[in-house]
Amino acid sequence: MTRVIMAMSGGVDSSVAAALLLEQGYDVIGVTMQIWDSDLPYGTEVEGGCCSLGAVEDARAVANKLGIPYYVLNFQAPFREKVIDYFVAEYLRGRTPNPCIVCNHSLKFANLLDKGLSLGGEFVATGHYVQKEQDRESGRWLLRKGIDGGKDQSYVLYGLSQDQLAHSLFPLGGFEKVKIRQMAADLGLKVADKPDSQEICFVPDQDYGRFIREYSSEAVKPGKFVDPDGNILGEHQGITNFTIGQRKGLGIAAGVPLYVVEIRPATNEVVLSTNEDVFAKGLQASSLNWIAFSELLSPREVEVKIRYSAKPVSARVSPLTSDQIRVDFNTAQRAVTPGQAVVFYQGDLMLGGGTIDQAFR
Amino acid sequence: MERIYFDHAATTPVEPQVVTAMIPYFSQSFGNPSSIHWFGRENRKAIDEARTVVARELGAGEPSEIIFTGSGSESDNMALKGVASALRKKGNHIITSAIEHHAIFDTCKYLEKQGFEITYIPVSEAGLIDPLDVKNALTDKTILVSIMHANNEVGTIQPIAEIGRLLRERKILFHTDAVQSVGSIPVNVNELLVDMLSLSAHKFYGPKGVGVLYVRKGTLIDSFIHGGSQERNRRAGTENVAGIVGLAKALQLANGNLAANQVTITELRNYLIEEVLRRIDHVRLNGDRSKRLPGNINFSFEYIEGESLLLSLDLKGIAASSGSACTSGSLEPSHVLLGMGICHEIAHGSLRLTLGKSNTKTEIDYFLEVLPEIVNKLRGMSPLYDSAVRKECSGCTRTK
Repeated sequence: MTRVIMAMSGGVDSSVAAALLLEQGYDVIGVTMQIWDSDLPYGTEVEGGCCSLGAVEDARAVANKLGIPYYVLNFQAPFREKVIDYFVAEYLRGRTPNPCIVCNHSLKFANLLDKGLSLGGEFVATGHYVQKEQDRESGRWLLRKGIDGGKDQSYVLYGLSQDQLAHSLFPLGGFEKVKIRQMAADLGLKVADKPDSQEICFVPDQDYGRFIREYSSEAVKPGKFVDPDGNILGEHQGITNFTIGQRKGLGIAAGVPLYVVEIRPATNEVVLSTNEDVFAKGLQASSLNWIAFSELLSPREVEVKIRYSAKPVSARVSPLTSDQIRVDFNTAQRAVTPGQAVVFYQGDLMLGGGTIDQAFR
Repeated sequence: MERIYFDHAATTPVEPQVVTAMIPYFSQSFGNPSSIHWFGRENRKAIDEARTVVARELGAGEPSEIIFTGSGSESDNMALKGVASALRKKGNHIITSAIEHHAIFDTCKYLEKQGFEITYIPVSEAGLIDPLDVKNALTDKTILVSIMHANNEVGTIQPIAEIGRLLRERKILFHTDAVQSVGSIPVNVNELLVDMLSLSAHKFYGPKGVGVLYVRKGTLIDSFIHGGSQERNRRAGTENVAGIVGLAKALQLANGNLAANQVTITELRNYLIEEVLRRIDHVRLNGDRSKRLPGNINFSFEYIEGESLLLSLDLKGIAASSGSACTSGSLEPSHVLLGMGICHEIAHGSLRLTLGKSNTKTEIDYFLEVLPEIVNKLRGMSPLYDSAVRKECSGCTRTK
């Protein structure tokens, strides 16, 4: 029997995924990655978030219900090193990172996969809505959007290597979320009514600014708000409090609504301007990972997503170097944000992606 | 799948005779021991009898020296906090060891925050305390010394009587955490020369949720659970009558078969140790070879994470531990192994096997068959092992 390590969060998706794998005849071992300090004082537990602290108890209950072995594995040190340190460093560079992407390719399908292999497992499975298949001719592993368009999670998996994909299973890719909720209810899983989670698991109150101030040894320094021409508009409490397109919490009174259009870590400035200037015609990205092919050799017409929740839009992607690309949108896009991922598609096929370095206005 | 239990230091199955002794005290004889009526008196009698049995088994002077608690951890907390509070005016210095169970260790950390000074006596590489170190650590502010009888991870048995002798001359209170030793080796408070001793029923085939703190008559100790006159005002709360009856019965049975069990379990232990050392390379036995509990085995497999080993064994039906059950889930290497001067990498690869009276040679043979396969597989995935084998390096030297 093929052994699979199922990453369980206690939520509906990974719970039903575990049940599906069992039905398909796999030898399933449930695992929850403990990634954050479990020694918080009693009463600080929070609900929601894919990796919330309450998750272990829910996941254990599901594993018991399914009758599978279940382990909590401690990944606090690598999570801190690979995900949180990166998250904080990016904010300090004036960028807005997506820690889930890093967690997937450098923790779940790295440290957890290694652990799984050492336990005699062949695959690590997750509850992501994405479809994996193998190209008959090239032998490459491909990822397609989950068939539930509203739930597709291919965006956060663009960083997986071919080897990682070879050892991954995504049992939910061929299902609609409604169907999964129904199956959870049919299985009598208590989690059937839990809301979907999207927040960043290690910042329960979603106050990133405060989290970074408390976590980082580097002081977050106040700086200036400026307009695109360099005129000083006021003072801010540190660039880590801002992201591109932000309007709230600026504390600046002007005749027109102002938005963050650029963050300049070198001068510690936050550039504010009108809504018009929040739009970008294109972007430059690096840290590329291609899934459908090994390298982009010539320009291509594609659809791109510039953040997890964005709708795919038409664009042209052109190689600059082997690890740098330029993207030109057919129509200007709002709030193209350095640090976020740009992910490319052709229809439901995910081509790959990279990290946004710069927007062109 | 066949299931084999090698984790008796975590807990043990309740002896059927113990269950039989406990059953009447759930539904049939249910009175509150503090009630003055017949129902209450009947249960008061059961507790009194149990107290007498426990006192006798431990060699205590009188039954009133036995306080029933909810666990070994509670007994440890009561001993340390109770004495610290009662003798605060006399001094603020407490001595303990570097390899105590967390029930002592964390309580000491708590007392440090309350202004007490704690000295942590180091141990040798074999995990043993030198009584001279205790003697040298004493000051005129020392009010209490707490040294465990047998260690929960590596099973080493400390020279409690020797330490007791030098403390008694100086009239300094001495507590020992005997949670691991009671029921496995002879434990007598007069021979050990201790003033306080903690034990827990579920470690010797008794029920969970009941423990004892032995407190020598005349020892000043403050209470922390207020609200009733139970246990002579030292621990309020309606007594766990069935548990207390079970504890006494289990202690009686364990001590009754002590000598015979010690011999058979020690034989099995030695067989397992010798065979593992013979069949697998780069493995070391942690803790003194002979001054250890009959059932305790603690290995370090170099170039392997204890957690992976443990899970692989579980998937083969073998229950073991990588250290104390109370700290599993934490990837911090054991403070006991680090305290013995074993380096981080090797402390990570530790595996604790604790045998009990129901284990057989057949079970050990199955383990010996499964273990090398697992170790080879895990080492096969370890880049460290690969390079170490090529360099013929021993991996780690003592860091202290």
